[in-house]
Parts: sequence; structure tokens; C-alpha cells
Amino acid sequence: MKTKVLNGKNLAQEISALPGGEGINLCIQCGTCSASCPNANRMEHAPRELIALARAGMYDEILSSNSMWFCLSCYLCTVRCPRGIKITDMMHALDRVATRRQLSNARTQTPTMYKSFSDFVYSIGSIPEVGFMTWFYLLSNPLRALKMMPVALSLLKHGRLPVKARRLKPEAERQRRAILDKAEELEGIL
Amino acid sequence: MEPRIGVYICHCGSNIAGTVAVEEVAQFASGLDSVVVARDYKYMCSDPGQNLIKDDIKELGLNRVVVASCSPRMHEPTFRRACEDAGLNAYLFEMANIREHCSWVTEDKQAATEKAKALVSAAVRRIYYQEPLETREVPVNSNVLVLGGGIAGIQAALEIADSEHQVYLVERDSSIGGHMAQFDKTFPTLDCSACILTPKMTTVGQHQYIQLMTYSELEEVSGYVGNFQAKIRMKAKYVDQEKCTGCGRCQELCPISVPSEFDQGLGKRKAIYIPFPYAVPNKAVIDAESCSHLKGLKEGKDVCRLCEKGIEKKGIAGCEAGAIDFSQEDKIVEVEIGSIIIATGFQQFDPSVIYEYGYGHYDNVLTGLQFERLSNASGPTSGEILLTDGRTPESVAIIHCVGSRDQNYHEYCSRVCCMYSLKYSHLIREKIPNAQIYQLYIDLRCFGKGYEEFYNRLQKEGVNFVRGRAAEVTGVAETPEEKGKLVVLCEDTLISRQRRIPVDMVILSCGLEPRADAGEVARLVKISQSADGFFLEKHPKLDPVATATDGVFVTGCCQGPKDIPDTVAQASAAAARVLAMISKGKVEVEAITSVIDEKLCSGCKICKDLCPYGAISFDEEKKVCSVNEALCKGCGTCVAACPSGAITGRHFTTQQLLAEVEGVLV
Amino acid sequence: MKYYTYFPGCSASHGGAKAYDLSARAVAKAPDVDLIELDDWNCCGSTPYTAVDELASLCSSGRNLALAEKRGFDMVTPCSACYVILNRTNSSLKEYPELKAKVDEALAAGGLEYRGTVKVRHLLDVFVNDVGYDEITSKVQNSLTGLKVAPYYGCQIVRPGPGFDHPEFPQSLDRLVESLGAEAIPFPLKARCCGGSLIISEEDIALGLINKLLDSASSNGAECIATVCPLCQTNLDAYQSRVNKKFKTSFNLPVLFFTQLMGVAFGIESQALGLEKCIVSAEKVLAGCLNR
Repeated sequence: MKTKVLNGKNLAQEISALPGGEGINLCIQCGTCSASCPNANRMEHAPRELIALARAGMYDEILSSNSMWFCLSCYLCTVRCPRGIKITDMMHALDRVATRRQLSNARTQTPTMYKSFSDFVYSIGSIPEVGFMTWFYLLSNPLRALKMMPVALSLLKHGRLPVKARRLKPEAERQRRAILDKAEELEGIL
Repeated sequence: MEPRIGVYICHCGSNIAGTVAVEEVAQFASGLDSVVVARDYKYMCSDPGQNLIKDDIKELGLNRVVVASCSPRMHEPTFRRACEDAGLNAYLFEMANIREHCSWVTEDKQAATEKAKALVSAAVRRIYYQEPLETREVPVNSNVLVLGGGIAGIQAALEIADSEHQVYLVERDSSIGGHMAQFDKTFPTLDCSACILTPKMTTVGQHQYIQLMTYSELEEVSGYVGNFQAKIRMKAKYVDQEKCTGCGRCQELCPISVPSEFDQGLGKRKAIYIPFPYAVPNKAVIDAESCSHLKGLKEGKDVCRLCEKGIEKKGIAGCEAGAIDFSQEDKIVEVEIGSIIIATGFQQFDPSVIYEYGYGHYDNVLTGLQFERLSNASGPTSGEILLTDGRTPESVAIIHCVGSRDQNYHEYCSRVCCMYSLKYSHLIREKIPNAQIYQLYIDLRCFGKGYEEFYNRLQKEGVNFVRGRAAEVTGVAETPEEKGKLVVLCEDTLISRQRRIPVDMVILSCGLEPRADAGEVARLVKISQSADGFFLEKHPKLDPVATATDGVFVTGCCQGPKDIPDTVAQASAAAARVLAMISKGKVEVEAITSVIDEKLCSGCKICKDLCPYGAISFDEEKKVCSVNEALCKGCGTCVAACPSGAITGRHFTTQQLLAEVEGVLV
Repeated sequence: MKYYTYFPGCSASHGGAKAYDLSARAVAKAPDVDLIELDDWNCCGSTPYTAVDELASLCSSGRNLALAEKRGFDMVTPCSACYVILNRTNSSLKEYPELKAKVDEALAAGGLEYRGTVKVRHLLDVFVNDVGYDEITSKVQNSLTGLKVAPYYGCQIVRPGPGFDHPEFPQSLDRLVESLGAEAIPFPLKARCCGGSLIISEEDIALGLINKLLDSASSNGAECIATVCPLCQTNLDAYQSRVNKKFKTSFNLPVLFFTQLMGVAFGIESQALGLEKCIVSAEKVLAGCLNR
């Protein structure tokens, strides 16, 4: 899809122009976000550091890191930030930028997972859990599918693994596709 | 007399000339009706600029002057004085604001120049209809009302009283002293707060020229600068203050204990009490809400009175001075004063709204003021720093910026917390030499005299400085070392790592906020509050103690958070302003007031009810309204509201205003 | 009769959380809550989609809102993830006019228009605030006396807000559990993350978080956990055995949807509530409580 591409010349300014990214200039580097994040220890750069790197223009380092992919979207940082920065939204914005620049980190499968998920949202408008999981494992690591077998089987046994996907009625489906296709045509703001 | 108008267009350096084509505007002005001369000049407010006006008045016989420059709030007084100096009435002068309303709001040069021309044209047409007006002088009553008996109020009262003018010092609590009386030591000198405060308190209590009204509230204020009337409610203390010797026996006898406000809830006081040992006046009062006798009276019961009667069975006498007097009632005192100084102080931010810091649901999480009481020798633990179970803490974390610098609570910085947090580290180190002390900060603001040096000293005392705002205080342990401790979660930003710091005690450096009833006080004396709730000064840089209401001054933390040195300086500043007024003995009252034409007035009284300054009164005999010009602020509400068109706003007549509009449109 | 446009979400409607949808419809009847499913709804927009293509996510979301707007009722969803995203759509459209312009254009391509008037609410909010605790108690046939429940909110029902409960210390589910006669145990991690969709791509991380939650619940005496989100329920329930394997623990805590608990208390039979779908069986715990 056509999108406005960041060129990293003034990274902080570019990110601040994205919806959700305005906060990047407001940060006082207090560290409340990183302290609150349940996953900060696994991120290469916890949220506060990510913002500091962005302000220092470290374009490649941020976008190729695993940091924003490890965001759980728990919003604890957002409610506690004393500057009212929407940090979770900023993480999602960085996800999008990284995907566009294909700098997605190979050290985590989360981008692939999000992509598989999104493929279904686009193509059929809902998530068939079996189909989605299968697609994801095929794309990322087929062998992992074997490890997940016990969980899958127990879900199946308890009637929680439907095989049929939910489909919209043809007219509704046409409407939905028309909307999403139009969105694809319009220049995304990321 | 035919108007002869002089128009002066100011460049204001490049502030105006950078956007507006000033020569073009001057050229345009010179072509307007009745304009005798139109000039442009770099800095009209300067001496040469003013001299241009004065010279032209004399030599060209000008009888009207228009200056197109900055906002009248900036230089109207300057140019009015220049006109008066040259013999022209100040009200035959008008300003056109081509800076704040024109060159400063756009980058479009053409639009700005067109607008400047329109504004000049408007001013010229308006001034054609302006009339000379005379300001009035009113005498200034030399009495002063100081509201608030903390260090700010005390300082201001002393300075005025020392000049031998009468001060009425009104304090809500039963003793003066305010928050400063609660502190242990003060930064950066580590002076004992009570030791430096009590001499001043005592002087106030004994001063010939200070009438100290404690346990009192300001109820009503009327009047205008130089001539205010105030009603003060002196609450019933139920103890005869003349007879009470401050011996304290009543306190021992009283069976009712309630949490002590002075000790921030850490200790208790009785229903009859002297708030602290060095209280001024050192007399007891009875708190009617806790006293079982006073509460019983409402239900017709006669109980207790141990303070008065003692315990007969044990042979213990009650008040030996016979000072207890349950028949007392609130007394309303009316005073006349010329000026009012508001020194009502601050309240501490209540951190119980920050759930994740654990205040109120974990033991040993304290506010700053609570720690002051803990450390103070006159406090509930006689100055020993103890946990609620009586043990001495081995580790303490001090968390900065609680309720301050936070969009969720208060956006502003409370200025003093960094310093008092450092002070606490020192006090703890002094009393518990081996304690592990952690300071969790975002920035360290050590701006004052001796403050950075104080920080340096703390570093030498081995305090752990962690740069990271605390995200949470939890009692849920994750490792054996954390069991039984309070764990502070933060990111140590300087090493980019999350840290869990287990401590015995957490001190929350809470910010300062305006008092809960600041709005009511503002309404009483007719001043404003800024967006953060503190009282609004006239100008933050150039006039930090005056307010928009002439004769009312603000000082101390009620105007904004500040430390003791700044408070005392500001209190002296307020006192100086008041003394200047008193010394001059009279004050000029603006001539822009409204006047009611009795012939047209129908006596409907709509204007009277609308006047925000209570300046309009109704004459029962003549059945018409009239305006008290000293109270009138010229707001124009009555002019607009009068259905009979009987009211004229001087200097803002309908004719003048319509001419102004014409000037803009044509 | 209270009418709502019902948005079940993919998981509750035809996925692993079918029991949630079943039990929600079952318990809505008694207090006259009419959940009218939105015809031909599509995916809410979802957090993963937001991380890939925001405009498309907003449009996907917008279609549902535009359709619901025609009906005029509040939109209610049982799924916290749908709840947070649909609310995000409403606030984004208000806050970013350039985005709104594009979303409007895309919706128009499908013949739709959204004026931003639909209020999106969580099912818990509807029961607690529109129905009320007293009314719920009045419908209880089998009081769950003595049952110790850990009320687990998760993240997206209370944050980022502003919502209907406190963002870190919510109480609405606690009160609801109590109104059914059960005991809501103190649960310090009640509004902390279960790992969400990262259970799929970063299982280790999520298992660590789930372990902490289960540990906190059980050490505070919980006999079962009540949840408000399909993803939380799946993570805590279906992956409990993997937590046990990895951390050598022996958790056996049934994880129920709050609507299932309500259903048991209302006396609705267990098949209609999908209780047999719980991986960690709730049979013993519930039977034990009902026999007390």
C-alpha cells in the first residue's frame, strides 16, 4: 500500500507526526514506563530508552530492535506516564514503521504472528483460530506446531477448536472488502 | 473646540515594524479627518518618543493624541503621563494596539498593515468624541488586614506593625505558625524550624500594633482600595483567653482523644487542647465537634466537663484559673482597613489517590509532613524515627515528585520537594547512622543559595541516588529478601535496568497544592486564581505581590509553591507595597466609571443585581439607582443591561464605541 | 427491557471462547438485558492489525460502528480486546481529523457513514451499572456461599480509560462476585497482564506472567478465577498445564467467565453455560460450593 515513508532524517519529528507518536517530544525520561512494563527486561530497549534513542536519531537501532514487538498492550505505562504520553500507541506506530521498512526483528516471531493475524482480518474479516495458528506456524516454525499439539488436542477435546471459519453474507462481504480496498488505496498515515 | 489629533505609530524595534509597514500606516493616518500630524518612530515609550508627543502638543496645539503601539496594559500609563506633563488631560489620549492584536498574531505583512490602518482609523474616530475626565483621590486607611498566620503572614504583619500601623492578623487555627511550625529542621542550614519561628511568633503575640485573632475566619469584605470593611468571625473557644494560663491540665483531664491535625494523624490530641508546646497564643481551645459536653448540649444533655470540674473522687481539681466557659458564642468583629494581605498558604497533596504508591493501605508509607512530625522532637515519637511496630527502620526510600510534574494530578513542579527530600536523608542519617537511604528522583532541583552545596554534602553522607521515578510501592514479595518489606519498583534510568528496592519505610515527597477553599477566599476578596488554583498575581515578573484588585496583595505559598527564604522576601514585598500606600495616604481611583441619569432611571434595579462589585445602590426616597464611583470598576455590565438606556459608561459612551466600529469597517 | 447491540468478537462467537457467548446470552435473559447481535459484523480491528496497518484497522472497526449507529443502541462486547480497540477507534476519530477524513472516505466506498455517536461498553459494565448489584442478587437461586473467587480483570477492560472502573484497583467484578454470594479474595495482580497474544509467538514470556497470576491467586486462597476476557481465560486455562510443566507447579485452578459464575448462581444448567469447555474442570469446585 502507498504510505508516507519515514526517511529517518529527523526521526523524533517524524515519529511525532504519526498518530500516537506526539508524545515523543514531551518525555522527561523519568522511567515510569520502563519500571511499569511487565516485559521491560526482555526488551532490547525498554520504552524510555527507546524514546531516548529516537530523539538521538538512532533510526536503525530502534526499528530493528525487538522492543516494540514485546509490548503486551497492557497500557500500564500509558496510565502512569506523568506527561500523559500514549506510549502503547507509540509502540504500535513503531511496529508499523518497522514493518514498512522491513526491519522487523528476526529474533522474535511476533511480527510474523501479527502479519498472519492481519492477513485473515483482511481476507475474511474474522479470525478462524485453527486456520490462523496453522498459517502462523507454517510461516514461522513448523516444528513448533508439534510442541503445541497437547494444548491443541485438549482444546479440541473440549470443543474449543472449530474447524469451519465464520463467513459473512456475500453482500456484507462485498461491502467490507470495498471499504478495506479503499483504505489500501488511500495513502496510509502509518 | 475643534479636535486637533496627533497620531504616532511605533515601530517597537522590529516587533511591529517587522510585520506592519509603519511608514505606510503613518501616511494613511495623516490623511484622516482632524489629524494634524502623523509620525512613526522606533520606540514611542522612550524619552525621545514621549518628547515627540509633548513637543507636538505644545507647538502644534494638539488636543487629542493617538498612539498606535503595544497593549494599553503595557504603556497606557506611560503615555497618559506624557500627555498630562504637556498639559493635556489623560482621557484625551487613546491607544491602538497594533502589536498584541496585530503584528504578534500573524506573519502576513499585508494583512497586518491593513488591520493596523483599521485600528488607527478606529482610534482616531473614537477620540473625536472623547471628553476630559478627572480622577478622584480617596484617602487610605492605615489599618491592614493580614489573612493567614503562617510565616508569610507573620513576616508581613511584623513589618507593618513595626512601622506603627495597626494590623489585624486573622488565623483560622488556634495558634499562628502555619506549616513552618510543623517542620523539624529547615534546609539548607538545618536550622531548627521552631527555633527560628518562635521568636517571631512571640513578637507577634505581644506586639502593640498587632491585634491577633486566632481561631477566626474572614466572613465578608466590602469596600474598595484604601477603604475596606471586613467582618471577621471569632469562633467560640469555650476557654476564657484572658484567664487561661496555658498550664495544660485540661488536656490531661479530657477523656476524648482525636487524631492530631498538627501531627498529621500520627499522634492524638484531646478535645480541649493546645496544638503544640510553642503555640502562640499558648492558650487552650475546645474543639466543638469532638467535645462530648458541647455535643451533648445539642441533645439537652449535660455530660463530662472534666476539664472544668476535675475528678472530685480522686481529689484532682479542674481548671484552676476557672477559664472554661461553655457559654461562649461566636463573635463577629467588624474592622476598617485600607489594604488586605492574603497569606493563606498551601496544603499538602494527598497521595492516597495514587493507589500504586500504597499510601493508606500499607503501613510505613508516609507523607513529607508526617515525616517532619516523626523527626521533630515535639512530635508523637519525641523525634525518634520509628516504624508503626516500634522498630527502627534499616532502610528508607524517599520518592520525589508525588503529585507534582504529573498530568494526572498537578502539572507544575512544587519547587521545594527536592530540597526537603535531601533534608530528610540527612535527618535519617543523623539519627540512624547505618540506614540505607534511597532518593528516587527525576531531576534534582537545587537552585537556591547553599542548595547545591547541600546536595554535595548529602552525597558525601553516602545516600543512594537512583535516577528513576518510582512506578509502584508493593508489599507483595517476589524473593525471600523482600518478605516483610515495602518494595519500590523503578527503572534506574542511568543503567537502563528495572530495580526492585526493598525498604522498611517509604517517604512520599508530596507536592504543594492550593488550599481546598482557595476559591472561596478568592471570591471573598475578589481576586482570581491561575489555572493551577493558586492566587493570580498582577504580573508574574513585574508585579508578583499585587493582584488585579487594587489594595489586595498576595504573599507566600498561596500565590505559588516556594521555600521559606522566598516566602519571607515576598512577605516583605507585600508589606512594602502596603506601607507605600499608607505613606502616600491617598490613592487615585480610575475615572472610568458609570453614571446613572436619574431622569431616565425607572428604578427597576436590574443594574444593582448585576453589578459584580456591589457598586450600585437604590435610593428608596428618589426611587432611582446611583453608582458609587469609588467601587465602580467601569466594567460596563450595567450600561448594557439598563433597559431605559439611563446609564452611561464614561470613556466608553455609545457614541465613542460606534465611532470606533465605523473606523474599523470603513 | 434494556436493548444493546451485541458484538461478540471472533473468539466468543466461533472460537475458543464459545462458552463466554453461550453463558452471556443465558444470563442476560433474567435481568431483561436484550443482546441483539450485530448482523454480519467483522473483526473489531484488533491490536495485531493496529500494529500492521492502522488505517485498515480503523476502517474494519469503523464498519461495525457505522452499522451499529443505524440501530441507535449502545454497543456491548464481552471481549476486552474488542472493547479496547473499538473505544480506541472512537477516540482516534475524534482526535485525528486527517485520519477521520480517510476513514470516512473508505466507509463511503462501502456505502456507510459513521458520525461517532456509538458508545462502546463492556458486558461487565452493563451488568454492574445498568442492571445493578441488587437486581443481580435478586436473581440468585443458588448462592455461591463460601466460594473463594479471584476476580481477574486483566488489562484492557480498565486501561487506558477513562472507563467505568479504576485503572489499577478496580472493584466492579469483586462486587459482582459478592452479589452472587461468593467471596472475592484480595488479589494484588487482579489488573495485571496475562501475556495476551504473545502466548503464541513468545510462549515463555507469557507463561511467566501466567505463572505469577496463578501463584498470586492461589496463595491468596482462591478456589477459582473469574475472568472478563476470552484471551485471558484461554491463557490461564488452556496453558495451565504448560505452566505446571515449565515451573514444576501443580496449579489446578478452574478459570471461569464471570457470566458462567452468574449462570451457576442463577440456577441455569451447566450445558447452557458451556462449563464442560473448561480445560481445568470446574465441576468439583462448583459442586462443593453448591452443596455447602
